[in-house]
Amino acid sequence: MAIGSRPPPPQFWPKLRRVLGGQTGWGGVLGQLVLVAFVVWLGYEIVANARANMQAQRIASGFGFLSQTAGFGVSQALIPYSESDSYTRVFVVGLLNTLLVSAIGVALATVIGFAIGLGRLSPNWLLARLAGAYVEIVRNLPLLFQLLFWYLAVLATLPNPRQSITLLGWVFLNNRGFVVAEPVAHASFWPVALALGIGVGIAFAAHALARKALFDNGRVLRIWPVVLGSLVGLPLVVALALGAPLSFEAPVLKGFNFVGGLRIIPEFVALTLALSIYTAAFIAEIVRAGILAVNRGQMEAGSSLGLSCGATLRLIVVPQALRVILPPLTNQYLNLTKNSSLAVAVGYPDLFSVFAGTTLSQTGQAVEIIVITMGVYLLISLITSAAMSFYGWRVGMGLGAT
Amino acid sequence: MVAVNPLTCLPHHPVMRGTVDLPRGRIRPGARGHPQCRVILKGCVMKRLLVAMLAFVAATVSQSAGAQTLKTVKDRGSLSCGVSQGLPGFSAPDDKGNWTGLDVDVCRAVAAAIFDDPTKVKFVPLSAKDRFTALQSGEIDVLSRNTTWTSSRDTSLGLNFTGVNYYDGQGFLVRKSLKVNSALELNGASVCVQTGTTNEQNLADYFKSNNMRYEVIAFASADETVKAYESGRCDAFTSDVSQLYSERLKLAAPSDHAVLPEVISKEPLGPVVRHGDDQWFDIVKWTLFAMIDAEELDITQKNVESKLRTDNPEIKRVLGSDGNLGEQLGLTKDWVVRIVRGVGNYGESFDRNVGPGSKLGISRGLNRLWNQGGVQYAPPIR
Repeated sequence: MAIGSRPPPPQFWPKLRRVLGGQTGWGGVLGQLVLVAFVVWLGYEIVANARANMQAQRIASGFGFLSQTAGFGVSQALIPYSESDSYTRVFVVGLLNTLLVSAIGVALATVIGFAIGLGRLSPNWLLARLAGAYVEIVRNLPLLFQLLFWYLAVLATLPNPRQSITLLGWVFLNNRGFVVAEPVAHASFWPVALALGIGVGIAFAAHALARKALFDNGRVLRIWPVVLGSLVGLPLVVALALGAPLSFEAPVLKGFNFVGGLRIIPEFVALTLALSIYTAAFIAEIVRAGILAVNRGQMEAGSSLGLSCGATLRLIVVPQALRVILPPLTNQYLNLTKNSSLAVAVGYPDLFSVFAGTTLSQTGQAVEIIVITMGVYLLISLITSAAMSFYGWRVGMGLGAT
Repeated sequence: MVAVNPLTCLPHHPVMRGTVDLPRGRIRPGARGHPQCRVILKGCVMKRLLVAMLAFVAATVSQSAGAQTLKTVKDRGSLSCGVSQGLPGFSAPDDKGNWTGLDVDVCRAVAAAIFDDPTKVKFVPLSAKDRFTALQSGEIDVLSRNTTWTSSRDTSLGLNFTGVNYYDGQGFLVRKSLKVNSALELNGASVCVQTGTTNEQNLADYFKSNNMRYEVIAFASADETVKAYESGRCDAFTSDVSQLYSERLKLAAPSDHAVLPEVISKEPLGPVVRHGDDQWFDIVKWTLFAMIDAEELDITQKNVESKLRTDNPEIKRVLGSDGNLGEQLGLTKDWVVRIVRGVGNYGESFDRNVGPGSKLGISRGLNRLWNQGGVQYAPPIR
């Protein structure tokens, strides 16, 4: 009698049955097939029904409207835009405005949120209470209300353009926005920019070198003179050789408004402020929770190793806290992006306002436009969430976890 | 199936016994529970799923039923009418919550023609942006909300304009302190406008054709637009002239603001219905015509009962004491009597809501009858 292990019985069919049917076997497989067929039929039925009804009422359908002329103006466009451009261009203008307000809002909310969150943990009684009051007031008031507060109660009370608050004739603040001198690029702009790029490259290389020296040999290299020289010195030398890369054109009051200069419209300021201040209150609580989740012993261990308080926080506590902070932080970023669609209340031309609003009511093609808009918000959210997951994975790797 | 108490069998389930931990709330394939328990859990979930799906299918399929608006309205017992979110003179609730206005009267007249009761209307306030979707989706039966009749709205939106109850044009409201006397002096100005209106496009056309620069700030509702104008965010507020007069009443100091003389567009405002129901289209269309014809024949709310005894063949036809014109519409013979008794003729409605008898005090202008120098002209009822 052979003692050697018996070859395992063929596993293919049982495995397939388990994968497809779970515990219920082939009956389950059949059930799932029926379910899939049902869902497909349901989807088809919904689309066909909508299409039949729209045809019966002779409502225009299809995506042909995207190439038609929009014929309306937009107050803020990051790319050149005029009334004679197409609805596609309106879509891009709106999308860029949404992305702009989201990106700046996320950055601001993160900074404010971390500051408030750390402040609430501070041993300083006053600071902790102030941070606590901020959180409790801001997160308990509706966002739309806060948005209108910033727009109508704060920014609208600024003086009119003729009585602008001004700083040396270069910077103006009025109820039409914040106007600053506009930088105008000269011939030497690109060489200087290139020099700056090279400087950044050198600085990164120096940083990597210093890190390697520290980790391999335990030597501490002093790299700041190199970094300073490459970041400031190199562009400066090029600028001195070729002439100034930029000059500034001061805005001039002409008729109703300022002509020339860069203008940040109050709608944008109100929306960004409201979104970031509101979201920051939630981020502050997330940060506080994350830091409290790290065992006190970690802080004590850090100080018993002789690390300074800041270094302990930076090297030991925060990396561990980040693992707790990141998933809910992602939620807040997504919320902020989606909440930016409140822009329409203050007349900021975001995607929802110009595309799912004006374009929709001009063309009447609600189904197509809502589908596109939903798809875009979904895509933005998925990309944000993927980026945050990637960052979380990196943080996890750094801690030796997978 | 064997009756098993789920509570007694759950402890046999590996999850409950603690021998299997659930990865993301899913039962891992191959994990074995008590055989009877599996049946119960499965049956329960499947049945619920099936019920939900059937309900969903029933809901979507029933949407495709044919368009029989008159029957729907009669069955419901009230007319659903889309109006503005508060535009005094056209559609606005008074201090008792009753909707009044020129646009409101059109809906009341339709309700009077159907039910002989002008109060059987449910008013649905809509923003400019949402109004067409509400009509397309069947949320409202008639849209009577100072809506401009244009070719694209009449064709590609799946809607039919039934007539014009107010001939309007677009203008500009500015502060008197700006010392602007003409719209042509608005070069470089910031202009507030309500989004989803023809005003937004006319504004762009006007400034472009006159080679002027401008900044447009568009808001979703009329109130937000006016608030931004009042706060000084904009130099001018643009809308239909009638609306400018109406909104000016809401400002803190109406006399500090003036409407510029230029009228930059044609804005024929009228009630709208959905495509696909010709009978309903006829009813709304002829209700408005009946109001205008009644004014032309001098049939008023006060004298309508006495006019019933007249010998004038035209009035007899209109009031239904001769012929069955109302029944051809799917209404009753006395439909015009009901309309005039309920809301009055077009002229009475105009005077009461926007004309000299109202706070707005707008003169009839273009909206006079055709035989009095205006353009209001209704085809004859015969």
